[in-house]
Order: sequence, then structure tokens, then C-alpha cells
Amino acid sequence: MPDGVSRQGQHHRIREMLAVTCIWATAIVVSLTFGWILLDLLRHGLAHLSWAYLVESPSDAGRSGGIAPIIASTFLIVAVCMSIAVPIGIGTALLLAEYSVARSRFGRFVRRSLDALAAVPSIVFGLFGSTLFCIYLGMGFSILAGGLTLACMVLPIFIRTAEEGFRSVPDEYRRGAAALGISRSATLFKIIMPSAMPALVAGFVLGIGRALAETAALIFTSGYVDRMPESLFDSGRAMSVHIYDLAMNVPGGGKSAYRTALVLVAILLLINGSASWLMHRWVRHGAT
Amino acid sequence: MTSSMRRDSSPWRADTALIWTLRLLAAAAAGIVLLILVFLLIESIPALRTIGLVRFFSDASWYPLSDRFNMAPMMAASLLVTVGAIALAIPLGFGSALFCRYYAPRWIAGAYRRMIEVLAGIPSVVFGFWGLVVLVPLVTHSLIAGILILALMILPTVALIADASLARVPEELIHGSAALGLTRWGMIRRVILPAARCGLMTSVILAVARAIGETMAVLMVCGNVVQMPKGLLDPVRTLTANIALEMAYATDTHRSALFVSGLLLMVIVGLLIAMAEWISKGRIYA
Repeated sequence: MPDGVSRQGQHHRIREMLAVTCIWATAIVVSLTFGWILLDLLRHGLAHLSWAYLVESPSDAGRSGGIAPIIASTFLIVAVCMSIAVPIGIGTALLLAEYSVARSRFGRFVRRSLDALAAVPSIVFGLFGSTLFCIYLGMGFSILAGGLTLACMVLPIFIRTAEEGFRSVPDEYRRGAAALGISRSATLFKIIMPSAMPALVAGFVLGIGRALAETAALIFTSGYVDRMPESLFDSGRAMSVHIYDLAMNVPGGGKSAYRTALVLVAILLLINGSASWLMHRWVRHGAT
Repeated sequence: MTSSMRRDSSPWRADTALIWTLRLLAAAAAGIVLLILVFLLIESIPALRTIGLVRFFSDASWYPLSDRFNMAPMMAASLLVTVGAIALAIPLGFGSALFCRYYAPRWIAGAYRRMIEVLAGIPSVVFGFWGLVVLVPLVTHSLIAGILILALMILPTVALIADASLARVPEELIHGSAALGLTRWGMIRRVILPAARCGLMTSVILAVARAIGETMAVLMVCGNVVQMPKGLLDPVRTLTANIALEMAYATDTHRSALFVSGLLLMVIVGLLIAMAEWISKGRIYA
């Protein structure tokens, strides 16, 4: 039946064309929306962005002035967060990657808990942090409380990256060290950790990116105060909280919110870009 | 257990100290999620005791200051925003993944994937702000504004995990179906999508978990009126937005009721994660 075959062929061709059109249309729609967001941020954000904006204090509820204290608070929150998350994270990753506990009941429990932790909504972290750190531990609204809350949040992502880093260190290194009679701890600290350094740095950078992007967990832990923080026990406003506050609670704060959003997105692009560059470099390095 | 003990044992005292330090650190990391659950439970108990589960659905409305605690409208809002966002994000996300793997020229695919990664890194508050100044003037503070913004936010989750699971489809299957003379779309529909279905389902479940817990973006564009949504243009308030809005001044039973909604979110997300783990049998963030 040549007639039927050709009709079926035509049918296939139409369906094929339709699929190609739909898929390209999807990609174009997504790209255009993305471009829209980015251009919008650039157009409105760059308009009044200047060096002064980064080094001045905000005035008139943030409508004018700059964001210097907000950048300082953000930096302190992230510093607290990473200085807690890194030691715990490296320890956990070492245990999961280098010891045979990984398949034991304890190892499975740790992994499952971390998977669950990674999925906890940020507002729940906010509830948790404001109860444990601000009330029970008496820290009040403070940079310390905010940083500690964020530390809980970034742990899973840091541990995952670090663990992969440790796993990709070739086994010969460990056997060589064992053959030389080097202790396990010396092997880990002097050989395994330096070899996995790019992955550790990538995890570190990804963690900072996650912490910088967070808002909901910070509103009730580090608070709204936009003065220059004097100690870790002061309340300090993070950049993301500043954007939220300007957009929602300050009439006419849109212009300044655009500028802060642009600065934040630029920092995040830089951070995520360098993390992925490090990961790629390290993958290539690991392969050779 | 004994074999692991033996392998971890070592003649150096420093090694014994080290393994115990590492175990302690790992226990601390693993304990956080339990601690979160415990705190949510403790703080929820007063509300569960004085209000009871039934009144969260049967009260006249949500007027926490005059002792009315009906959460049903906010649950409905959370559910509708999530369902709407997923309905949009699945075709866009799967389409993006298929585009990268099978339709785009190599350099475009690389650039497109990079773009999706960048999109994944944009903070939710920035999405919310963009929605507020660009979308809200077009569609007002409404359910549909929340759905659109949320769809955009979970699109990278769907696209990146779907892309990774498409990458794991065995080459032989693709070569085999090509040799059988299947068209490209026929191959995708009959061979590749069924082969990658576990990964695709995982991507959707994780996106649902992300959507239901998202706070800032929906808070900024949805209008935050507590009401049963009747249409796409109605302003709504989700459970997450409610916590963020009222936590600042809530006390006693009211505050405890907010923790109940937090606990509810945790339970939903926990079930979703368990489901994802069950489907993908093991590591879900590979």
C-alpha cells in the first residue's frame, strides 16, 4: 500500500516539525524571559549606580544614600555562617568519603538527614533559628543568630561538594601513604585535603552564594537594622532583606532596590561563575 | 559494624581521636534536621492543645488576634500556586532539557545550559522584586502572578535534573532506535523519555518541594489577602507568606499556630523527599 505508507510518512513529518517548533519555542521563550529580567535589572540598576552608593550609609529609609552598612552586615553574616559550616562540613564529608561508615547504619542516617536538611524550606529555617538562637540561646536579633541559621542551611550543599572532592582523589595516594607508614590523620590532612582543595573551595563558594541569596531565614534572625554593625551581637540587615524592605515597605524605594538587586546579582554571578570554573578545572585535573 | 571498626582502627592514637572527632561533627550535621523537627513540635504543641486540629479547618476565618484560626484558605492558596507553577514548569523544563540534549547545536546547548544555571542562582527576593515591578502592573497582585514567578523559579530545578537524567540514558538505546529508523521525536517519546522517567519524576518532585516552601517571591506578588481563591486574578496568601508576615508580631497561641503551619510544610516536604528517594532509590541530588 504505497499510498498508506506515504500518508503515514507525511504524518510523521508533520509531527516531527511540530516537535521541533515546540522545543525551539520553549527555549526561545525561556531565553527571552531571562533576558528580560537581566536587562530590566541592568537598565534600572545601572542608572544611578555609583561608587558612592557602595560606601555611603542609607538615609531616608534607604531611598537615598548608599548601602555600606548593609554590605558590612551581609559580609559578617556570611563570615559567621561559613566559619561554622566549613569545619563541620569538612569533618562530615571526610567521614562519609574516607571511612567505611558510609554504608553503615550511621552513614546512611547522616546522608538521609542531609538530604532532608537540603529540602527544608527557608522560612522553616527562619522559625527554627529565631526560636533556638534568638530566644532559647538569648542572642536576640543579631548577626550571630543569622549566621548560625544560615550555617545550618548551607551545610548540605557544602558537604556534597566536599565529599565528591574527597572521593575523586585517586586511591593510589592513600595506598602510597599507607605503604609509607603515614598515619591516617596525616594522610587526610597532608595529602587528601590538599588534593581535594579545588572542590573544597568550590563548595565554599557555592555555600556563600546560597547564603547571600537567602532572605526568609534572615528576617527573623538577623533583623532589619540598617546601621553599621559594631559587633556580632548587633542586628544587621542583609542585602536581600534590604531589597525586600525597599520593595515592600518603603514607598518610592524601587530605584534603590533595583541598585541593590543589581549589586547582589552581580556578586552572585561572579561567585557562581568562579565555582563552576573551579569545578571544571578540577574535573579536568582529576581526569589527567 | 565490626568490619568497619577494624578497618578504621589504627596504631596511631591521633587516628582514634580523629575518627571520633569526625563522628561527632557528622552527628552534629545530621542532628540539625532532627533539632528543627523537635523545635517545630515543641512550639506547635500549645496551639495543637488549645485550638486542636479540627479548628484549623472549621473556624470562621483566619483572625488570629480574635482567636479564629482557619488555615484552609492559605493551604488552598499554597496548593494552587504550586500546582499552577508545576504545570507551567514541567513543559518548559523538560522542553529545555530536550533542547539541550537533542535539538540545539552544541555551542547553543552549552550557552543555554549556562543560562539556566545562572537563572538557578538568582535569589528569590530578586525574582519577587522583578515580579512586583514588571508582572504585578500587568496582572495585579494575584494568584496568577505567583504562579508565573514561581514557575520561573523552579524551571531551573526541573531543567537541570531532567537534563542530567537524559544524559544517563544509555547510548545503545539511542543508537538502537536510530538504527530502527525512528524519527527524532519518535525516539524521544518512545525510547528516551520512558528510559529517563525516574530522573524526570525526581526532578518534578524536588521542584514541588521547592515550590511549596518558597516564601519571598510569592509574598511579594500574591497580594496576601487571606481568602479562598476563586479565580486566577484573586489576591491570595500562602502558608509560607503568612509565617513571614505575622511572625514579627505573633505571640502565644498565634505564634504557636504559625509553628503548626511550619510543621505542616515540613511534613509535606518530608513526604515529597521520601517519595523522591524511593523513586530514585538512593541519592537524589546526584
